[in-house]
Amino acid sequence: MKGFIKKIEQINFGLMSPEDIRAMSVVTVETPDTYEDDGFPIEKGLMDPRLGVIDPSLVCRTCGFRGGDCQGHFGSIELARPVIHIGFGDVIHKILRSTCNECGRVLLSQDQIDDFTQQIREAMDNKESLNAILKEVYRVAKRELKTLPEDDEEIDPKHCCPHCGAPQEAISLDKPVTIRQGDYKLTASEVRERLERISDEDSFVLGVNPEVARPEWLVLTVLPVPPVTVRPSITLDTGERSEDDLTHKLVDILRINQRLLENMEAGAPQLIVEDLWELLQYHVTTYFDNEASGVPPARHRSGRPLKTLTQRLKGKEGRFRSNLSGKRVNFSARTVISPDPNISINEVGVPEMIAKEVTVPVYVNEWNIEEMKQYIKNGPEQHPGANYVIRTDGRKIRVRGDETKELILEQLEPGFIIERHLKDGDMVLFNRQPSLHRMSMMAHEVRVLPYKTFRLNLCVCPPYNADFDGDEMNMHVFQTDESRAEAKSLMRVQEHILSPRFGGPIIGAIHDHISGAYLLTRDGVEFTEEQALQIIRKSHLKLPELKAGQWVLKQDPDFDEDSYIFKEKGEMWTGKELFSLLLPNDLNLSYSAEISKCPVVYPEEDATVVIKNGILVQGVIDESAYGSFSGKILDKIVKEYGPGRAKEFLDRSTDLAICGIMKTGITTSLNDEEIPEEAQDRINEHLDKKMAEVDKLVESYEEGYLQALPGRSLEETLEMKIMQVLGEARDMSGSIAENYLTMGKQYPEDSYDHVMAVENHSVVMARTGARASMLNLTQITACVGQQAVRGGRIERGYLNRTLPHFKKGELGAKAKGFVHSSYKSGLDPIEFFFHAMGGREGLVDTAIRTAQSGYMQRRLVNALQDLQVKSSGLVTDNQGNVIQTMFGEDGVDPAKSDFGKAANLDKLISEIRMESGMEGK
Amino acid sequence: MKIDIQDHMLVPKHEIMTEEEISEEFSDVDYDFKDLPKIRSEDPVVKAIGAEPGNVLRITRESQTAGVFITYRIVEG
Repeated sequence: MKGFIKKIEQINFGLMSPEDIRAMSVVTVETPDTYEDDGFPIEKGLMDPRLGVIDPSLVCRTCGFRGGDCQGHFGSIELARPVIHIGFGDVIHKILRSTCNECGRVLLSQDQIDDFTQQIREAMDNKESLNAILKEVYRVAKRELKTLPEDDEEIDPKHCCPHCGAPQEAISLDKPVTIRQGDYKLTASEVRERLERISDEDSFVLGVNPEVARPEWLVLTVLPVPPVTVRPSITLDTGERSEDDLTHKLVDILRINQRLLENMEAGAPQLIVEDLWELLQYHVTTYFDNEASGVPPARHRSGRPLKTLTQRLKGKEGRFRSNLSGKRVNFSARTVISPDPNISINEVGVPEMIAKEVTVPVYVNEWNIEEMKQYIKNGPEQHPGANYVIRTDGRKIRVRGDETKELILEQLEPGFIIERHLKDGDMVLFNRQPSLHRMSMMAHEVRVLPYKTFRLNLCVCPPYNADFDGDEMNMHVFQTDESRAEAKSLMRVQEHILSPRFGGPIIGAIHDHISGAYLLTRDGVEFTEEQALQIIRKSHLKLPELKAGQWVLKQDPDFDEDSYIFKEKGEMWTGKELFSLLLPNDLNLSYSAEISKCPVVYPEEDATVVIKNGILVQGVIDESAYGSFSGKILDKIVKEYGPGRAKEFLDRSTDLAICGIMKTGITTSLNDEEIPEEAQDRINEHLDKKMAEVDKLVESYEEGYLQALPGRSLEETLEMKIMQVLGEARDMSGSIAENYLTMGKQYPEDSYDHVMAVENHSVVMARTGARASMLNLTQITACVGQQAVRGGRIERGYLNRTLPHFKKGELGAKAKGFVHSSYKSGLDPIEFFFHAMGGREGLVDTAIRTAQSGYMQRRLVNALQDLQVKSSGLVTDNQGNVIQTMFGEDGVDPAKSDFGKAANLDKLISEIRMESGMEGK
Repeated sequence: MKIDIQDHMLVPKHEIMTEEEISEEFSDVDYDFKDLPKIRSEDPVVKAIGAEPGNVLRITRESQTAGVFITYRIVEG
């Protein structure tokens, strides 16, 4: 750590006087050129060596430091004529409007001046805002006249100066820098003269503190020239020098300044001088802000607008948002992500290549010195090695080559810091943009793996919103023990299973985990003992104890020998028994499974899940059990047994589900969306009926006997009724198809002797909540339905019709975008066109929505970022102002709530019932 | 005819707190009651109940999370 040189206690923003600028300046720049032909900088040019040096081989003529250590020095340009500073156009305008055009006094009576002076002094003493008072000053001191009166006309004294009595002609500002009195354009010199005339007392009332600044400093006479370190020139590969945009702009200013000076000295006509003056004003204006409205932007030779001072600071790519709030950092890595179901949710697979590049600093002590020696021996090339060593004297040595290694090994002693490679078990921060919520950055444990992608467990995809179609993620390595410890207790993945957004698990099973668990745990699934043990082994479960020829499946939480649950050796195992091995011994729970939303469930009991003392007594495991966003069992385990147990449950249950899905196999094809001809006939018949209904509605409208609904026009009524009929048409055709799209055996009398015999995996996935929905399936099978643009039927296209295939003013279903066909049967060209219209709107909307919600979030975060919650529940801002006396008004941490509610009484009662032996239902 | 805005369904109950109530209510909290959120003296409810700058109002309103929530506001000025 370098020692303090100076400590900043206060920063004042204000005006800089011409004297200040000259005092700060080390050189008065006069030559509008940079380098001589021989490559040396010109004296008094824009690259004058006194302005600082960049090249480390050169020495600064001002401070004597070498390039890199010299921070640069300001120069100055003496402007031939004053110019108005673009940032102060409206300030100057306000001041001139409030002062007399003749005598220069403030247009306030002496009493008013005294009164306001008093007010301002008080506010300054109390460190209060002056804005309100100054606004009032400028409002009261406005006495302008629209037009000057004719010679002998009477003038209202309220338009005259209270001091000299002169009538006040209106001063106007022509943005950004032109100031007019009536029709006469004031030159910058005249503006400056007027500002000079204002007395110190008057300027104080106008908000300019004479102890710090003078109004005339708002008009520039000297321009500061930033040091070369601020505007470095780049040497291209071809050896050509390319100057910074600021340098280009300064060259322009100097060139015009020089010409103006010469013309003035030669006594050139007023017109020419004024033209040059205006040009100088333009160049100085664009030097400060090249995006000012009303000023054409200055361009580079290539036509690209120059990036001048304001552009360097402003906006997303500006200094603040890009370089100060958002710095690039060391010890970070980024690569493509891919899935790995074999690592824990707490882990992240890190490619060896990255593990050898980013390092962890470790203090050498007498207990780890041998380990550290091994790292140094391995060096930077071989995996658990080291890249750098920091000696006790603070020198950093790169581990490279056998000689250095030996030298380091000889010197190595406690107190050294070894920057060793990342290895298994290290904590790292893992992140995927956009970082919208706290689960977008979580701490993972490292697993160094071969190949070049980051590997992550599938359960952490929902919080990161990640998939594997080319997504990349970032990793950051902690550099201190404090940060590591803090991250481990606050940011670890397992601590974020419950989302503060809705008080349920956001990390949970997805896709194949869910269909797999269903296929494993539904009724009738049996395994031989050998198969069962294989599954147990493969999913890393603990093997149940074998006692006197019986497997101890579960023991009662009270350790009562009689209530052990045994399983005879040699018996068949059910999938439910296998799943029960994962559950805590005293878990009691009952809820409706996701498949209970299915009209027919076979066997019926599978739809209601009952877990008693950790045994899955009935019901099937699906999305409602342990899926992300909705898993009930998972939710209960985190809340009652803690995140550690939940992590273990999630890791093991997903393993088990994958074993389950591999025993059964899962496959899908278009055959899954096949329905018998009779069903197709019913659907067509039904659609025809609905079309007739629509035609009848249209007819009744055209005949004039359609009744308008309250508050709606006749056309709106018709449109609503048609939409309703068409909605029913799609829904009905969907539910007809659904009757044929079943998971498999539906009733005991169905002819399949084994549940696994004939089944429809598309429907299994939709019904268990693994992926897709029944709507997707019925759109494939039966009927796609109405296409919408802007929330209604399709209206746009040709005059009074959507396409030339229809009559003008036609209102039928087909003419406004109803798609009768199914995706499987295929859309006709007209339907296809409407479908593309609806699809395009969807794409445009998502693009716009992300941009809009991003900006909304940015504003919300900026408004809330400094708020803090005290342990009493009090919410305050950083000034101590109370925002809420109780966080969220109920003081509940949403992540620890029951899906947003403080407590769910029904659930609690049914749990107590189950535990006390009364069947809870 | 003038409508009493306090009768409107969307206007929660505002009461002016007495000195005793203030000292009792804010005696054991970890903030100064002067840091409470402000309400403008031109606020229609403030005018309706005749509160003066510096008064503390007790506002009893329905809350989505807590059922009924009591909050306080200090009249600006």
